Amino acid sequence: MWSWVGHRITGVVIFIFLLVHVLDTSLVRVSPEAYTAVIGAYKNPIMGLGEAGLVAAIVFHAFNGLRIIAIDFWKKGPKYQRQLLWGVLALWAVTMIPFLIRHLTIVFSNFFGGH
Amino acid sequence: MSTDSIAAPRSNSAQSPKYKRNKGSNSSFEMVAWLFMRLSGVILIVLIFGHLFVNLMVGDGIHAIDFGFVAGKWADPFWQIWDLAMLWLALLHGTNGVRTIINDYAERDGTRMALKTILYIATTVIIVLGTLVIFTFDPCPPGAVIDLPSFCPVP
Ligand code: HEM
Repeated sequence: MWSWVGHRITGVVIFIFLLVHVLDTSLVRVSPEAYTAVIGAYKNPIMGLGEAGLVAAIVFHAFNGLRIIAIDFWKKGPKYQRQLLWGVLALWAVTMIPFLIRHLTIVFSNFFGGH
Repeated sequence: MSTDSIAAPRSNSAQSPKYKRNKGSNSSFEMVAWLFMRLSGVILIVLIFGHLFVNLMVGDGIHAIDFGFVAGKWADPFWQIWDLAMLWLALLHGTNGVRTIINDYAERDGTRMALKTILYIATTVIIVLGTLVIFTFDPCPPGAVIDLPSFCPVP
Protein backbone atom coordinates (compact mmCIF):
# COMPACT_ATOMS: atom_id res chain seq x y z
CA MET A 1 0.00 0.00 0.00
CA TRP A 2 2.62 2.55 1.00
CA SER A 3 4.92 1.35 -1.74
CA TRP A 4 2.07 2.07 -4.16
CA VAL A 5 1.61 5.60 -2.77
CA GLY A 6 5.36 6.10 -3.05
CA HIS A 7 5.39 4.80 -6.61
CA ARG A 8 2.58 7.19 -7.61
CA ILE A 9 4.05 10.27 -6.00
CA THR A 10 7.56 9.66 -7.35
CA GLY A 11 6.09 8.99 -10.81
CA VAL A 12 4.28 12.33 -10.89
CA VAL A 13 7.22 14.27 -9.45
CA ILE A 14 9.63 12.79 -12.01
CA PHE A 15 7.18 13.52 -14.82
CA ILE A 16 6.87 17.19 -13.85
CA PHE A 17 10.64 17.50 -13.55
CA LEU A 18 11.03 15.88 -16.96
CA LEU A 19 8.82 18.53 -18.58
CA VAL A 20 10.95 21.29 -17.06
CA HIS A 21 14.20 19.46 -17.84
CA VAL A 22 13.40 19.25 -21.57
CA LEU A 23 12.62 22.98 -21.53
CA ASP A 24 15.90 23.96 -19.84
CA THR A 25 17.91 21.69 -22.15
CA SER A 26 16.17 23.30 -25.14
CA LEU A 27 18.05 26.50 -24.31
CA VAL A 28 21.08 24.99 -26.09
CA ARG A 29 19.12 25.89 -29.21
CA VAL A 30 18.85 29.53 -28.10
CA SER A 31 22.47 30.30 -27.28
CA PRO A 32 25.41 28.93 -25.29
CA GLU A 33 25.06 31.91 -22.93
CA ALA A 34 21.38 31.21 -22.21
CA TYR A 35 22.00 27.52 -21.55
CA THR A 36 25.07 27.96 -19.40
CA ALA A 37 23.37 30.70 -17.36
CA VAL A 38 20.29 28.62 -16.55
CA ILE A 39 22.19 25.37 -15.97
CA GLY A 40 24.39 27.35 -13.57
CA ALA A 41 21.36 27.57 -11.29
CA TYR A 42 21.45 23.77 -10.95
CA LYS A 43 24.90 23.95 -9.43
CA ASN A 44 24.25 25.76 -6.16
CA PRO A 45 23.99 23.65 -2.99
CA ILE A 46 20.23 24.12 -2.53
CA MET A 47 19.58 22.77 -6.01
CA GLY A 48 22.20 20.10 -5.38
CA LEU A 49 20.06 18.80 -2.50
CA GLY A 50 17.00 18.98 -4.76
CA GLU A 51 18.81 16.89 -7.37
CA ALA A 52 19.72 14.36 -4.69
CA GLY A 53 16.02 14.13 -3.75
CA LEU A 54 15.04 13.72 -7.38
CA VAL A 55 17.57 10.94 -7.94
CA ALA A 56 16.34 9.26 -4.75
CA ALA A 57 12.79 9.40 -6.18
CA ILE A 58 13.85 8.01 -9.56
CA VAL A 59 15.89 5.18 -8.03
CA PHE A 60 12.99 4.18 -5.77
CA HIS A 61 10.52 4.32 -8.66
CA ALA A 62 12.86 2.29 -10.87
CA PHE A 63 13.52 -0.53 -8.38
CA ASN A 64 9.94 -0.62 -7.17
CA GLY A 65 8.90 -0.73 -10.85
CA LEU A 66 11.00 -3.89 -11.22
CA ARG A 67 9.25 -5.24 -8.14
CA ILE A 68 5.83 -4.55 -9.72
CA ILE A 69 6.98 -6.35 -12.86
CA ALA A 70 8.19 -9.30 -10.78
CA ILE A 71 4.85 -9.48 -8.95
CA ASP A 72 3.01 -9.45 -12.28
CA PHE A 73 5.12 -11.93 -14.21
CA TRP A 74 6.93 -14.15 -11.72
CA LYS A 75 4.87 -17.05 -10.38
CA LYS A 76 6.04 -16.55 -6.82
CA GLY A 77 6.08 -12.75 -7.10
CA PRO A 78 2.82 -12.09 -5.20
CA LYS A 79 3.88 -14.45 -2.43
CA TYR A 80 7.19 -12.70 -1.91
CA GLN A 81 5.99 -9.15 -2.56
CA ARG A 82 6.90 -8.06 0.97
CA GLN A 83 10.39 -9.51 0.83
CA LEU A 84 10.77 -7.92 -2.60
CA LEU A 85 9.96 -4.55 -1.04
CA TRP A 86 12.81 -5.01 1.43
CA GLY A 87 14.99 -5.87 -1.55
CA VAL A 88 13.92 -2.63 -3.23
CA LEU A 89 14.78 -0.61 -0.14
CA ALA A 90 18.14 -2.36 0.23
CA LEU A 91 19.05 -1.81 -3.42
CA TRP A 92 17.89 1.79 -3.08
CA ALA A 93 20.25 2.36 -0.14
CA VAL A 94 23.13 0.58 -1.87
CA THR A 95 22.67 2.83 -4.92
CA MET A 96 22.02 6.06 -3.06
CA ILE A 97 24.93 6.00 -0.62
CA PRO A 98 27.74 6.12 -3.23
CA PHE A 99 25.69 8.49 -5.35
CA LEU A 100 25.14 10.92 -2.48
CA ILE A 101 28.80 10.86 -1.46
CA ARG A 102 29.95 11.59 -5.00
CA HIS A 103 27.29 14.13 -5.99
CA LEU A 104 27.28 16.11 -2.75
CA THR A 105 31.08 16.21 -2.72
CA ILE A 106 31.05 17.69 -6.21
CA VAL A 107 28.27 20.17 -5.40
CA PHE A 108 29.67 21.40 -2.10
CA SER A 109 33.40 21.39 -2.85
CA ASN A 110 32.96 23.30 -6.08
CA PHE A 111 30.72 25.82 -4.37
CA PHE A 112 32.78 26.51 -1.28
CA GLY A 113 36.13 25.61 -2.80
CA GLY A 114 35.53 28.11 -5.56
CA HIS A 115 36.44 27.67 -9.16
CA MET B 1 -44.15 -7.89 3.07
CA SER B 2 -42.64 -9.90 0.29
CA THR B 3 -39.19 -11.20 0.76
CA ASP B 4 -37.66 -10.12 -2.49
CA SER B 5 -34.13 -11.26 -2.20
CA ILE B 6 -31.45 -9.32 -3.92
CA ALA B 7 -29.87 -11.23 -6.73
CA ALA B 8 -26.26 -12.15 -6.27
CA PRO B 9 -23.95 -10.03 -8.37
CA ARG B 10 -23.84 -11.08 -12.00
CA SER B 11 -26.01 -14.08 -11.30
CA ASN B 12 -28.33 -13.32 -14.18
CA SER B 13 -27.32 -16.16 -16.39
CA ALA B 14 -28.72 -14.62 -19.52
CA GLN B 15 -26.40 -11.67 -19.13
CA SER B 16 -23.47 -12.80 -17.09
CA PRO B 17 -21.38 -14.18 -19.92
CA LYS B 18 -21.65 -10.85 -21.64
CA TYR B 19 -20.72 -8.85 -18.56
CA LYS B 20 -18.02 -6.36 -19.39
CA ARG B 21 -16.46 -3.70 -17.24
CA ASN B 22 -15.76 -1.59 -20.25
CA LYS B 23 -18.90 -1.44 -22.31
CA GLY B 24 -17.49 1.11 -24.67
CA SER B 25 -15.04 -0.80 -26.77
CA ASN B 26 -13.40 -4.11 -27.25
CA SER B 27 -10.06 -2.58 -28.12
CA SER B 28 -6.95 -3.89 -26.49
CA PHE B 29 -5.61 -0.39 -25.82
CA GLU B 30 -5.49 -0.78 -22.03
CA MET B 31 -3.70 -4.11 -22.32
CA VAL B 32 -1.12 -2.68 -24.69
CA ALA B 33 -0.70 0.31 -22.35
CA TRP B 34 -0.19 -2.03 -19.38
CA LEU B 35 2.47 -3.98 -21.28
CA PHE B 36 4.10 -0.79 -22.52
CA MET B 37 4.49 0.48 -18.92
CA ARG B 38 6.51 -2.64 -18.07
CA LEU B 39 8.58 -2.82 -21.25
CA SER B 40 9.41 0.88 -21.29
CA GLY B 41 10.18 0.71 -17.57
CA VAL B 42 12.86 -1.94 -18.07
CA ILE B 43 14.47 -0.03 -20.94
CA LEU B 44 14.25 3.26 -19.03
CA ILE B 45 16.27 1.83 -16.15
CA VAL B 46 19.23 1.34 -18.49
CA LEU B 47 18.74 4.69 -20.25
CA ILE B 48 18.18 6.80 -17.13
CA PHE B 49 20.83 5.17 -14.94
CA GLY B 50 23.34 5.58 -17.79
CA HIS B 51 22.26 9.20 -18.25
CA LEU B 52 22.65 10.02 -14.56
CA PHE B 53 25.96 8.20 -14.29
CA VAL B 54 27.58 9.93 -17.26
CA ASN B 55 26.23 13.39 -16.41
CA LEU B 56 26.56 13.42 -12.61
CA MET B 57 29.15 10.83 -11.57
CA VAL B 58 31.90 10.85 -14.19
CA GLY B 59 34.60 13.52 -14.32
CA ASP B 60 33.59 16.74 -12.61
CA GLY B 61 29.93 15.69 -12.31
CA ILE B 62 27.25 18.34 -12.55
CA HIS B 63 29.89 21.02 -12.34
CA ALA B 64 31.19 20.11 -15.80
CA ILE B 65 27.81 20.62 -17.48
CA ASP B 66 27.69 23.60 -19.80
CA PHE B 67 26.96 24.22 -23.48
CA GLY B 68 30.20 22.56 -24.57
CA PHE B 69 29.39 19.43 -22.57
CA VAL B 70 26.02 18.99 -24.31
CA ALA B 71 27.51 19.83 -27.70
CA GLY B 72 30.23 17.24 -27.19
CA LYS B 73 27.67 14.55 -26.39
CA TRP B 74 25.34 15.32 -29.28
CA ALA B 75 28.21 15.38 -31.76
CA ASP B 76 27.99 11.61 -31.34
CA PRO B 77 24.98 9.82 -32.91
CA PHE B 78 25.17 7.32 -30.05
CA TRP B 79 24.09 9.94 -27.51
CA GLN B 80 21.57 11.45 -29.93
CA ILE B 81 19.79 8.09 -30.23
CA TRP B 82 20.17 7.43 -26.50
CA ASP B 83 18.60 10.76 -25.57
CA LEU B 84 15.91 10.44 -28.24
CA ALA B 85 14.85 7.01 -26.95
CA MET B 86 14.91 8.28 -23.38
CA LEU B 87 12.82 11.34 -24.30
CA TRP B 88 10.11 9.37 -26.08
CA LEU B 89 9.92 6.43 -23.70
CA ALA B 90 9.99 8.52 -20.52
CA LEU B 91 7.36 10.96 -21.79
CA LEU B 92 5.02 8.26 -23.08
CA HIS B 93 5.50 6.20 -19.90
CA GLY B 94 4.99 9.23 -17.67
CA THR B 95 1.99 10.46 -19.67
CA ASN B 96 0.30 7.08 -19.53
CA GLY B 97 0.99 6.91 -15.79
CA VAL B 98 -0.49 10.36 -15.17
CA ARG B 99 -3.46 9.43 -17.39
CA THR B 100 -4.14 6.49 -15.04
CA ILE B 101 -3.90 8.76 -12.03
CA ILE B 102 -6.31 11.30 -13.57
CA ASN B 103 -8.76 8.48 -14.34
CA ASP B 104 -8.51 7.35 -10.71
CA TYR B 105 -9.07 10.66 -8.98
CA ALA B 106 -10.96 13.03 -11.29
CA GLU B 107 -14.52 11.81 -10.96
CA ARG B 108 -16.41 14.34 -13.03
CA ASP B 109 -16.35 13.67 -16.77
CA GLY B 110 -15.61 17.30 -17.57
CA THR B 111 -12.70 17.55 -15.13
CA ARG B 112 -11.23 14.32 -16.42
CA MET B 113 -11.45 15.41 -20.04
CA ALA B 114 -9.96 18.82 -19.27
CA LEU B 115 -7.03 17.42 -17.31
CA LYS B 116 -6.27 14.82 -19.95
CA THR B 117 -6.44 17.41 -22.71
CA ILE B 118 -3.91 19.58 -20.89
CA LEU B 119 -1.73 16.50 -20.31
CA TYR B 120 -1.74 15.45 -23.97
CA ILE B 121 -1.01 18.97 -25.19
CA ALA B 122 1.92 19.31 -22.77
CA THR B 123 3.31 15.91 -23.80
CA THR B 124 3.04 16.66 -27.52
CA VAL B 125 4.72 20.05 -27.18
CA ILE B 126 7.59 18.63 -25.11
CA ILE B 127 8.17 15.57 -27.34
CA VAL B 128 8.21 17.70 -30.51
CA LEU B 129 10.41 20.35 -28.92
CA GLY B 130 12.88 17.84 -27.49
CA THR B 131 13.13 15.90 -30.75
CA LEU B 132 13.73 19.08 -32.76
CA VAL B 133 16.40 20.23 -30.32
CA ILE B 134 18.30 16.93 -30.56
CA PHE B 135 18.30 16.94 -34.37
CA THR B 136 18.60 20.61 -35.30
CA PHE B 137 21.27 21.34 -32.73
CA ASP B 138 24.34 23.28 -33.92
CA PRO B 139 27.36 22.67 -31.67
CA CYS B 140 29.20 25.70 -33.07
CA PRO B 141 26.54 28.41 -33.48
CA PRO B 142 27.75 31.43 -35.46
CA GLY B 143 28.53 34.42 -33.27
CA ALA B 144 28.75 32.45 -30.04
CA VAL B 145 31.92 32.84 -28.02
CA ILE B 146 31.64 31.13 -24.63
CA ASP B 147 31.64 27.46 -23.61
CA LEU B 148 32.05 26.11 -27.13
CA PRO B 149 33.28 22.53 -27.52
CA SER B 150 36.97 22.23 -28.42
CA PHE B 151 36.28 20.98 -31.96
CA CYS B 152 34.66 24.27 -33.09
CA PRO B 153 36.80 26.48 -35.38
CA VAL B 154 38.37 29.31 -33.40
CA PRO B 155 36.59 32.56 -34.36
C1 HEM C 1 13.51 4.16 -14.31
C2 HEM C 1 12.75 3.23 -14.84
C3 HEM C 1 11.25 3.11 -14.57
C4 HEM C 1 10.62 1.94 -14.26
C5 HEM C 1 11.25 0.55 -14.10
C6 HEM C 1 9.21 2.25 -14.12
C7 HEM C 1 8.23 1.30 -13.85
C8 HEM C 1 6.89 1.59 -13.69
C9 HEM C 1 5.86 0.59 -13.50
C10 HEM C 1 6.05 -0.92 -13.51
C11 HEM C 1 4.68 1.26 -13.32
C12 HEM C 1 3.33 0.65 -13.02
C13 HEM C 1 2.44 0.72 -14.22
C14 HEM C 1 1.09 0.08 -13.99
O1 HEM C 1 0.73 -0.17 -12.83
O2 HEM C 1 0.42 -0.19 -15.00
C15 HEM C 1 4.97 2.68 -13.38
C16 HEM C 1 4.05 3.68 -13.22
C17 HEM C 1 4.32 5.03 -13.38
N1 HEM C 1 5.51 5.59 -13.79
FE1 HEM C 1 7.23 4.58 -14.06
N2 HEM C 1 9.01 3.59 -14.33
C18 HEM C 1 10.23 4.16 -14.63
C19 HEM C 1 10.47 5.49 -14.93
C20 HEM C 1 9.51 6.50 -14.92
C21 HEM C 1 9.73 7.87 -15.31
C22 HEM C 1 11.05 8.44 -15.86
C23 HEM C 1 8.54 8.53 -15.12
C24 HEM C 1 8.20 10.00 -15.38
C25 HEM C 1 8.43 10.57 -16.52
C26 HEM C 1 7.59 7.59 -14.60
C27 HEM C 1 6.28 7.87 -14.26
C28 HEM C 1 5.34 6.96 -13.87
C29 HEM C 1 3.99 7.29 -13.47
C30 HEM C 1 3.37 8.69 -13.40
C31 HEM C 1 3.34 6.07 -13.17
C32 HEM C 1 1.89 5.86 -12.70
C33 HEM C 1 1.82 5.52 -11.26
C34 HEM C 1 0.46 4.97 -10.88
O3 HEM C 1 -0.39 4.73 -11.74
O4 HEM C 1 0.27 4.76 -9.68
N3 HEM C 1 8.20 6.36 -14.48
N4 HEM C 1 6.34 2.84 -13.61
